[in-house]
Amino acid sequence: MIKLTLLRKLLMALTGLFLCLFLVIHLLGNLQLFLPKEIAQEQFNAYSQALSGNLFIKVVAIGLYVSILAHAIYAVVITIYNRKSGGKYAVDERKVASPWYSRSMGLLGTVIFVFIVIHFQNFWYYYKFTDMPLDPWGRKDLYSAVVNLFGNVWYVVIYVVSMVAMGYHLLHGVASAVRTLGVYHQKYVRVVNVAGVVYSVVISAGFAIIPIYVYLVQHQERLLTLLQLK
Amino acid sequence: MKLKLNIWRQESATAKGAFKTYTLENLEKDMSFLEMLDVLNEQLVTKGERPVVFDHDCREGICGTCGVMINGRAHGPIGGITTCQLHLRSFNDGDEITVEPFRASTFPIIKDLKINRSAFDRIISAGGYISASTGSAPEANSILITHDVAESAFDSAACIGCGACVATCKNGSAALFTSAKISHLAKLPQGRAEARIRVVKMVEQMDKEGFGHCTNTEACEAECPMGVSVLNIAQMNWEYNKALLLGA
Repeated sequence: MIKLTLLRKLLMALTGLFLCLFLVIHLLGNLQLFLPKEIAQEQFNAYSQALSGNLFIKVVAIGLYVSILAHAIYAVVITIYNRKSGGKYAVDERKVASPWYSRSMGLLGTVIFVFIVIHFQNFWYYYKFTDMPLDPWGRKDLYSAVVNLFGNVWYVVIYVVSMVAMGYHLLHGVASAVRTLGVYHQKYVRVVNVAGVVYSVVISAGFAIIPIYVYLVQHQERLLTLLQLK
Repeated sequence: MKLKLNIWRQESATAKGAFKTYTLENLEKDMSFLEMLDVLNEQLVTKGERPVVFDHDCREGICGTCGVMINGRAHGPIGGITTCQLHLRSFNDGDEITVEPFRASTFPIIKDLKINRSAFDRIISAGGYISASTGSAPEANSILITHDVAESAFDSAACIGCGACVATCKNGSAALFTSAKISHLAKLPQGRAEARIRVVKMVEQMDKEGFGHCTNTEACEAECPMGVSVLNIAQMNWEYNKALLLGA
């Protein structure tokens, strides 16, 4: 266990920023889901197969699992420690001094963690450890699994809500991590703050739009029936 | 004006405290908050009760001795001032005001509103100084410092050690206090020489005292009476990481 507070924070910052980098790659891959169905199915499944067979990706993936767990475990350690050291007041108006999401990283992180568990079950476990149906080209048909799942409006809601939580988590997390690394020059702090906001919005909105798009476009018939019933 | 005060009363560090309510009448709106407590204490003494213990010294916002939570905010509702600089005109006639000591596990209560902030002194003792040979003062212009650097170092040095940052931080972190001294000295050539060993020692002492982690909510800067910037914390992290990579 790491003893010093600054080292614990450094671990949170480095694992957090590594996960931020991963999110960019993940989102770029997901963009293939915007392609027309015929092209998307072949391309997305080929992409998934290529990734799952690549040794380099396998090594990076281990780093990813370790980062998620270390980030979550140390978040709990830090929170327990901070609860002990922080003061409690009968009348407490300290909230005016800081944005709510900066004080709610634990809550937002918990939402994200639960989402990650569901997400791993939905796709990662399903793809790696089950005999899932194959597409016409003989590859595991992850594309159809995605489209089927996002035909369920509740999954769409869970995904979108989780992405909003992730957006707020990143909004504080990116700038906070860079501060922990020690960027203190005013000019670069401004650049980081703006870049952090742009990154958080683009990444979380990017991920959130995909299930909505799939629901609206790939399930048009169901949607039309629903509308006609009204 | 008339005010209703809920004040935290506690006999000793180990005793159990509780709020006690006092009503004060005929107060002047231009009285300072501490003068109002003086009025209350005079009345308590007249009645034969123990006066409310609270810290105060210069009463002009430069010593950092006073400091209480007023209606849930460090040094009261106005930003950029200490408790002694707060006046009753910031409140309305008939208001109810809750007064609590600054709370953190590292700031044990001595009595009522008075807390023990010796942890801050021990952090400074750990490295918040420069090693200088004794003798006559060196020639002032032999070390050149630009105006901007001097101003920036002075902004960091503006910290008066009142503890509002720790009291406001949900984690009870002393990052703003510790970093203000670290970057004040790191910015100047006289302090630069020992910057790495200083940051390691001061951060270790800060942890040993039991202050919480800085989670960069920036609440400390918002409530700091001297407006000490959170970028000092960034510089502390920078100095610390550098010492980590290059050795103290």
